[in-house]
Amino acid sequence: MLKRLITSREALLMLIILVLIGLVAIRFPRFITLSNLAGVFNDTSPLILLAIGQMIVILTKCIDLSVAANLALTGMVVAMINVAAPGVPVVVIIAVAIGLGALMGAFNGLLVWKLDIPPIVVTLGTMTIYRGTVFVISNGKWVNSHEMTQAFKAFPRYELFGMPMMSWTAIIAVIIFFIVMTRTTLGRSFYAVGGNPHAATYAGINVGRSQFWAFTISGALAGLTGYLWVSRYAVAYVNVASGFELDVVAACVIGGISIAGGIGSVGGALLGAIFLGVIKNALPVINVSPFWQLAISGSAIIIAVALNARSNKNHGRIILKSAEKTQ
Amino acid sequence: MQVITQDQSSQDRTKPVLVLDGVTKVFPGVKALSEVSLKLFPGQVMALIGENGAGKSTVVKVLTGIYQPNKGDILLNGKPIHFSTPQTAANAGITAIHQETVLFDELSVAENIFLGHAPRSNFGLIDWPEMERRSVEILDGIGANIDPSVKLRELGIANKHLVAISRALSIDASVVIMDEPTAALSYKEIEELYELVDKLRSQGKAILFISHKFDEIFHIADRYTVFRDGQFIGDGLIEDVDRTTLVKMMVGRDISQIFPSRDSHLGDEILSVENYTHVTEFADISFSLRKGEILGFYGLVGAGRSELMQALFGITNLFSGVVRIDGAEVIIGSPADAVSNGIVYVPEDRGKQGAIIDLPIFQNITLPSLGRTSKNGFIRLAEEFKLARKYTKRIDLRAASLDTNVENLSGGNQQKIVIAKWLATQPKIIIMDEPTKGIDIGSKAAVHEFMAELADQGLAVIMVSSEIPEILGMSNRVIVMREGRIVSELTDDDLKPETLVQYAAGINRER
Repeated sequence: MLKRLITSREALLMLIILVLIGLVAIRFPRFITLSNLAGVFNDTSPLILLAIGQMIVILTKCIDLSVAANLALTGMVVAMINVAAPGVPVVVIIAVAIGLGALMGAFNGLLVWKLDIPPIVVTLGTMTIYRGTVFVISNGKWVNSHEMTQAFKAFPRYELFGMPMMSWTAIIAVIIFFIVMTRTTLGRSFYAVGGNPHAATYAGINVGRSQFWAFTISGALAGLTGYLWVSRYAVAYVNVASGFELDVVAACVIGGISIAGGIGSVGGALLGAIFLGVIKNALPVINVSPFWQLAISGSAIIIAVALNARSNKNHGRIILKSAEKTQ
Repeated sequence: MQVITQDQSSQDRTKPVLVLDGVTKVFPGVKALSEVSLKLFPGQVMALIGENGAGKSTVVKVLTGIYQPNKGDILLNGKPIHFSTPQTAANAGITAIHQETVLFDELSVAENIFLGHAPRSNFGLIDWPEMERRSVEILDGIGANIDPSVKLRELGIANKHLVAISRALSIDASVVIMDEPTAALSYKEIEELYELVDKLRSQGKAILFISHKFDEIFHIADRYTVFRDGQFIGDGLIEDVDRTTLVKMMVGRDISQIFPSRDSHLGDEILSVENYTHVTEFADISFSLRKGEILGFYGLVGAGRSELMQALFGITNLFSGVVRIDGAEVIIGSPADAVSNGIVYVPEDRGKQGAIIDLPIFQNITLPSLGRTSKNGFIRLAEEFKLARKYTKRIDLRAASLDTNVENLSGGNQQKIVIAKWLATQPKIIIMDEPTKGIDIGSKAAVHEFMAELADQGLAVIMVSSEIPEILGMSNRVIVMREGRIVSELTDDDLKPETLVQYAAGINRER
């Protein structure tokens, strides 16, 4: 058991992250102060939230490219609600954000489930639709900081036990989805559907419905992140988080989630996101140009995939009976 | 018919064309072949016999240059030869028709036959007319009437197989390897394949014929070689050997009785199906099933048996008719409905439809039973392990840990897991589709034993099988289907191989 823990992908990634932080600390010791690391985590929280949702979707052999557009649209909608009706409490705003995001995710899921359209096509389409809708409802105008209420902007920064709510949201999501993925029938069905859709069907699991729920969860998390993002940066506009869906997919891939489905964990998504977050935050402080950052992130993706491909390699058939016993 | 001008045909037929001498192939941690010998003679069919995992497929891969042996020699016409790539083996005149034929649906028949060695015109471009002309020549040679310009996907499975054979013949081979060529074929297609093998034999080709079916081996082969656990056990002429001896050589022990004897205590009727009709697959299906009964379904490939079973299990639901379980009418719209009504289905394609190899053993077993080991959607791990442990014990699975991922198990154990999975749902009716297809004779006996045990415990079993000995040996009653309809229901004295085949092939519809 211990041996499995040490040799797991998550442990390896953890080690790499620690080494990375250590290397940065040699050049810039203040990087490893508690407050700075907490800051990095806080910055990475939106990525963590989206990566968890994306992880579930990828697990079921799908992909959700519409998360960033979903985030932008939800963010714009809640910002406009806040402007139009400043009295609406933040709890309601959050509920609206989650609900609207879930609705957009469910729409993706329905198209995949009922019309049997490939997920990459569906979400490429809805990505454009959602992003376009942001423009339509806002007329391309920004919602700026001074138009938003204090309460609306305060929530992600509100500190509890020394950590902002933004970070807490990510931590709570990690805990909730860790339980969902390991301890519930729904979580199990995601693994089964991605691991072998035929066998899952024969086991009485509705493959399409499981994928539908994966998209809905991903959408709900994107919606939640939409509110957090817009309120934290105190601005909503058409191109919020443009291209962020690729960071999200990258985090999943680095976190060992198999693009072919069926393999992955919440821990992997978390660590993949943190890895990208550390790189993003560490390289500027040691004076590495932003162009290198992109190259390093890209290399990390390819190295991660290569490592995963190696460990997933088929070990061949076991032909001798004596060999099976020693396995 | 082509005129044979090759040397081999005029050669002495007692001199082998291809010899494996003391060949050893080692994979990391596994010795797949241990100093095996094999001799192939021109104009003769050599049957290679052995249980699953005996090393037959490895030999094929060594002969076709996919694997290189670690030790030992390959002699072609008495001269040592080294196949470093599949191309060198093909150039040396060795060709293989594989178990799962690799062909391309979107290419034409001629392109499939000549892919990789298409005839070229002066400018190095593919010479289409020449390619089609030679395709026709080869297809005619094996008696196949196929237009070489049609796309492969327009052909039926049997004709696709003929294209695969033509592809193998297109390189002017002296040695033809056939790896379980009849596995996917129906009765009539198998007869045609036999004719083809005869033709190839008379052309002086050396044929290596790998098969699990004894009838086939005694029908077609001139010689036999037996492997067991990667080792050479023996060889000789087919006419000097009988089935019992061969079985003994294969398994290394006596199998005195292949099918378990059963005291059938038939209970009450548990399932009744009336006028079950599908839009396109089957019509007017009515039958009943009693507790403790094994009901065999026989028919040619494509008779609609699997389609019927899949409808009963809720995979497809474009049908009309009435299904009663324990006398009460039930509507089965999905596999989940079927499982909750006590019907389970062990599919034919276990690799594809059975196990989820990325998940550990215990999660595979409990997958359809999660409702019982969870509360409000939350899984109770202790309960889950208890259930998994109970059923791994039941199937006598010896694995290191229930945490082990299924991908690390052997094929036989993976099949056991699939069966355990369904038993864990505590079914009343278990449908087994070709339960022993492609598994070795030892595992076969174990599956039969187990099936008999289940029936004796009062489970009702429906067995779809295309193997006549299995159908006859196991079933209390046999229903024969043909072209989507039930043509006959046979019991006791009527259960004879000839009768089954006649009904299945539509030779005597009424008596």
